[in-house]
Amino acid sequence: MAEYAHPETLVTTDWVAKHAKDEGVRIVEVDVDTKAYDEGHVPGAIAWAWNTQLCDTVRRDILSRQQFEELMERSGVTPDTTLVIYGDNNNWFAAWALWQAKIYGHRDVRLMNGGRKKWLAEGRELSTESPKVKSANYTAKEPDVALRAFLPEVQAASARGAAALVDVRSPQEFTGEILAPPGLPETCQRGGHVPGARSIPWAKAANDDGTFKSADELRQLYAGEGVDDSKPVIAYCRIGERSSHTWFVLKYLLGFRDVKNYDGSWTEWGNLVGANVERGAPAKAAGARG
Amino acid sequence: MRAEEYAERRLELAGWPVNVASYRLGIQWHAKADNVSPGAALARATGTTREEAERRALERAEELLGRTRRQAV
Repeated sequence: MAEYAHPETLVTTDWVAKHAKDEGVRIVEVDVDTKAYDEGHVPGAIAWAWNTQLCDTVRRDILSRQQFEELMERSGVTPDTTLVIYGDNNNWFAAWALWQAKIYGHRDVRLMNGGRKKWLAEGRELSTESPKVKSANYTAKEPDVALRAFLPEVQAASARGAAALVDVRSPQEFTGEILAPPGLPETCQRGGHVPGARSIPWAKAANDDGTFKSADELRQLYAGEGVDDSKPVIAYCRIGERSSHTWFVLKYLLGFRDVKNYDGSWTEWGNLVGANVERGAPAKAAGARG
Repeated sequence: MRAEEYAERRLELAGWPVNVASYRLGIQWHAKADNVSPGAALARATGTTREEAERRALERAEELLGRTRRQAV
């Protein structure tokens, strides 16, 4: 069985149980459901709220370099800290946080494989205490824009096929049957997908216990839709968090060289005036295997 | 404290698949319902029994799912 391209970006729940309180290690929980942390979390873990601490709350954007530095400093994280992030929904927003940490050049950031679900299911110790954190000094690097796709690149990829577009939303969102995941507010004017995108729902990369599938299974999953390392890949979803999960898989588990997360995603494209939209089921991928 | 008797099951509510996870923390039962695809949490609830916690979470989830509009494709 093939190894992941960068196995150092994952830790097991066992590893966290042994090292959560080590000096130089900071465990952070990032959930979709921001109340989950208060119910009980990995002892020693702090929490970041995706909707207030991992985005600019005034304009729609990720954290600025200064905001990222301030978050790290408040969290007691230095550039040398081993940052281990986990969360609910198989690490959706944990991957979103990791993506931003990579953009600002944090050297050692990892996901806890299986996330909160696996920790709970294994009956591991939980704490309701928030640890006292001593603030630290942090200087971030210039943002690595090679990890992030903006609208013009996505438009070019759609029009000219210079990059493979991977839509990681559910099949019903992809076809346009629904405008948002079931039960959640509609946040776009039109349903469907970016013309030329392949439908590969993010959850296909995860096992039932929340861990990532094997490298062989993952390679087969994406190759089956004609997505490989032969050309750049841009992943998108609705607001960029599910696609962070896929971005992590392609970039660090499969080792693709050029993968970007389009965090504007469908809430940008599906609200654009005059944008081309495809609806309906995906066509068979050209050159697809499996 | 640990999550004990963790269990998940799938069912259908308002025409949509739902996953409900429940477990006990101390003397309180916790339940969380999500929408399977993509797995976003819809509701969480607590109760003195698993059944009570799940029922509360599922009632709220059903209310939210009932608002989902299907478009003709």
